[in-house]
Amino acid sequence: MTAAGPWGLAWRRLRRNRAALLGALLLLAIAGACFLLPLGLALDPFATAPALRHAPPSGAHWLGTDALGRDLLARVLIGGRTSLAVGLAATLASVAIGVVWGGAAGLLGGAADEALMRIVDFLYGIPYMFLVVLVMLLFADTARGQALPVFVALGLVQWLTMARIVRGQVLALRGSDFVLAARATGASAARILFRHLLPNCLGPIVVYATLTVPSVIILESYLSFLGLGVELSWGQLVAEGLAVVNPIDSPWWLLAFPSGFLATTLLALNFLGDGLRDALDPRG
Amino acid sequence: MTFALLLVAALAVIASLAKLPLGATRALGAAFLAAGLFAALRHPLGDAGGALLALAMGALAHRFAPPRVLRRVAFLVPSFALLIAVTTALMYLAPGSPFAQERALAPSVEAALRERYGVPENAFGFFRIYAERLLLAGDLGPALKVQGRTVAELLAPALPVSLALGGAALLLALVLGVGLGVRAGLRPNSASDYASMGLALFGISLPAFVIGAGLVIVFALRLGWLPVAGWGGPASAVLPCVTLALPYAAVIARLARAGIVEAMRQDFVRTARAKGLPESAVVWRHALRPALLPVVSYLGPAAAGILTGSFVVETLFGVPGMGQWFVKGAINRDYPVVLGTALFYFGLVSLFNLAVDLAYAWLDPRTEQEAA
Repeated sequence: MTAAGPWGLAWRRLRRNRAALLGALLLLAIAGACFLLPLGLALDPFATAPALRHAPPSGAHWLGTDALGRDLLARVLIGGRTSLAVGLAATLASVAIGVVWGGAAGLLGGAADEALMRIVDFLYGIPYMFLVVLVMLLFADTARGQALPVFVALGLVQWLTMARIVRGQVLALRGSDFVLAARATGASAARILFRHLLPNCLGPIVVYATLTVPSVIILESYLSFLGLGVELSWGQLVAEGLAVVNPIDSPWWLLAFPSGFLATTLLALNFLGDGLRDALDPRG
Repeated sequence: MTFALLLVAALAVIASLAKLPLGATRALGAAFLAAGLFAALRHPLGDAGGALLALAMGALAHRFAPPRVLRRVAFLVPSFALLIAVTTALMYLAPGSPFAQERALAPSVEAALRERYGVPENAFGFFRIYAERLLLAGDLGPALKVQGRTVAELLAPALPVSLALGGAALLLALVLGVGLGVRAGLRPNSASDYASMGLALFGISLPAFVIGAGLVIVFALRLGWLPVAGWGGPASAVLPCVTLALPYAAVIARLARAGIVEAMRQDFVRTARAKGLPESAVVWRHALRPALLPVVSYLGPAAAGILTGSFVVETLFGVPGMGQWFVKGAINRDYPVVLGTALFYFGLVSLFNLAVDLAYAWLDPRTEQEAA
């Protein structure tokens, strides 16, 4: 048996977790479908066909069509690109802010730590959706329905927990011998943070980031639902599907398929996140 | 630019509060409490009565309230100022104005409107007018887009609706989550454990409006047991309340499960069992209190989340609560309406966090000793 580092051990534990593997595979399949299928099938999410209003799923339109006769499969796949991209980009933004903020607080300590963390406390007290809506307003004219403001708004409110996690880890590691040794050799604060402390915090960061992606996708879908979101995303498609639900003759596919894709993706991400947490942090 | 400075200054005040010695924090917390009560009470009770009651409450708090609570109160007043400043800054930075119409107004007309409603061109001026009106007259100002109504008149009917919906949802989430979580955690890795945790994962993963849509289709459209939407009578509250509560019940169930699993491994549980206590007494008297600490600390964020979740749920079910006013106000650039809802949400979350602090001190006496 070969010696395995901590990452090797974690990988071994992750491989044995069937739910996490299933989540990863589902995620790959959905992402692959969203990014590759539209190329192969030459689907157009915006091509209207008035004759095909609310056509149920068929051989020509696998998932049916909407009120303007647009192909739902194309819309779901292209919308998936947006939802996944928003989730990923906003999470990266939140990781970047949270790591720098929390790392600085933990490393500097004292008054700076207090100041930085009180600001986090204050922002925690404001319901985040409130901030998201206000930040979205900033971009109202320039990019109506485009993705950038959504990335910014969601990234801006999602970094708080990350900052707390990183600060806690840095505080716990700051007094350890290897940091003392690095300091004794004259390493700068930035070098200690990025070369010595952060690699040791990577586990919790990865886990929390994986769990941030689904919560950002949910948030984006709420914004779309309120009419403030991105043009053509899963959230917007679900909202459109909801609008046509009625007791007599519902075009059920308009609600079922976008919700199905959204829910499957979120479940898969949560499975993967839980598995990663178990793999990287055997104690918790 | 001036706004950036204002924000930095307000943040600096909040940050420096943290370094105050305990005695000063106590005094400041009590003073802020008295000042806040005075501002709130002077209109219903008159100047003298309000001052008297506020001073008495402040003195009582200074003498008896736990330091954790006083520290939170000390943060509250600058936090409110900061909240108004941040919200004002964001709204003024956003393109568009409350007086934008299809046909551009004559500059003199717009100037007159701005003067009449207390919404000058620059954000600083607005902040000053708003703060003065709020502190001196206890007035939330006029609504800009709903002719002839004040913000207070708009929000007053929505307040009990939002409070009832949010309170019921929070209670439901707590009962459901703790019940499921404790049940699962007492028999880890059993079938019922996997079933409840699988259910919880669904609750966390699905957006509220997908859950809500599913509930509406099943219980309102197919079975016809409950109304589809609207607000009137208990039956109409069931679906919005359940929709709002489920995601939080799921998180609470996971926390309670982890907590109880951890608690059942502790030495004091072994001691309790060794004394020959029945299992129910071991769980209820000994294990439950420490096991629920993570749930209690989650209640603050959960309350904030349920309030914002209500933006979506209120829209989905057509509930006439605060959320719709915030969303409408933000889209219409109705500054006083947005600020009024902001104050309401922040105040409610702060009050709730205070209650959570008190509950935490009762559940875990060690935190009190650390703070002192």
